[in-house]
Amino acid sequence: MKAMLTLKVNGRELSGEAPNNMHLGDFLRHVLGLTGTHIGCEHGVCGSCTVIVDGQPVRACLMLARQAQGATIETVEGLAHDGQLSVLQAAFRNHHALQCGFCTPGMLMTLTAFLRDVPNPSEEAIREAISGNICRCTGYQGIVEAALAVATPQEASTS
Amino acid sequence: MKAAPFHFHQPTTLTELAGLLATLANAKILAGGQSLMAMLNLRLFNPDHLIDINAIADLATLRHAAGKIEIGAMVRQHVLLQAPLIAQHLPILSQALGHVGHLQTRSRGTIGGSCCHLDPSAELPAMCALLDADFTVNGARGRRIVPARHWFEAPMQAALAEDEFLESISIAPWSSTHGHGFAEYARRHGDYAIVGAGALLEADVDGKIGRAALVLFGCDTAPQRLPQAEAALIGTKVTELDVAMLAAEARAQTMMTDAQVTSAYRARLAGIMIQRAVKQAQGRINKERA
Repeated sequence: MKAMLTLKVNGRELSGEAPNNMHLGDFLRHVLGLTGTHIGCEHGVCGSCTVIVDGQPVRACLMLARQAQGATIETVEGLAHDGQLSVLQAAFRNHHALQCGFCTPGMLMTLTAFLRDVPNPSEEAIREAISGNICRCTGYQGIVEAALAVATPQEASTS
Repeated sequence: MKAAPFHFHQPTTLTELAGLLATLANAKILAGGQSLMAMLNLRLFNPDHLIDINAIADLATLRHAAGKIEIGAMVRQHVLLQAPLIAQHLPILSQALGHVGHLQTRSRGTIGGSCCHLDPSAELPAMCALLDADFTVNGARGRRIVPARHWFEAPMQAALAEDEFLESISIAPWSSTHGHGFAEYARRHGDYAIVGAGALLEADVDGKIGRAALVLFGCDTAPQRLPQAEAALIGTKVTELDVAMLAAEARAQTMMTDAQVTSAYRARLAGIMIQRAVKQAQGRINKERA
């Protein structure tokens, strides 16, 4: 009822043992020790567990760890490099896009994937992109502003 | 919550899958998992065996052959949404896909999973009903085709035996000059719709409707075609459609009541949604026939 898995997480090959019924979010947190990914509702509604699997944003609670064998995963731990926040993370700080921080890893991973596909989105498109991520603190305004700041070329180069 | 324990199987071929289904008891197929995983986590459902079909490459093909678009059961929603083949030949499917879940659920959610789960409010099964899709079913006893009108066997129950699986969905596109329309109402963006509607209209050379298809979803346990309204549209001028008649016909269908929404409210929404869908389709047809 268990399997040994190897996957590439934030550029590193990591291995661990996963029970059949363990979802990817719990595997990242409890087996690999990557607690940046937050588990909220565990039934695919809140979006806080969003990670990027083979380039696509997915809900880590709606995918079994065993299905991620051999996959390339990006989590919030992979966004900053050498203590430098990513452009999007810096914009989140500048625009007060988080308060309690629980939804933030999911928001960041959703927007990171989205902005790769659509580098210059409208405000409406940003709101659509994060419609599957629930935030109870910010009212979304700061999050949308942060994403827009990254999307605008002038601001992106200064932040 | 966490899913209860189960045995996990990951076939890579259709034969292997058919063999597993024929021999395992209380087995469930895991497609994109965007409904099933939630049900497992909530322990609403406890299969002894979970058969993950994500590794079967033969189920993930999308092709245009013999005048039909053939969509493998495991083609993911985000792939369909970005496929030029779908945008060109089945534009209503592209429009509906934008309303299916969210960015993250479309990454994994599949057309086959949606059409086997059969949530009454789901957009994709409704579009298959509207487009008269053919469902190719396979299993140890062989392959068979189920037309859309026989697919919706019972509430949330597709016409699949326990030892069968959905292999692909085949859809004949309408003419390149057809008009399409889609409308739905949900309390929050990305939620399942309370009521939705789809419309396809095709005009003759003299500007009269030659072919029409209308569907409602979210109203009853399965999508509802509106055959009387479709028949009434034939022969009327594209510019003079009687949308009030369509709304009355929509309101007259069977409507569910649940904890949040009464049948009367559903009926009211059905009338509005069908009008919106038809007006969109009418606008698109006119542009191309002008």
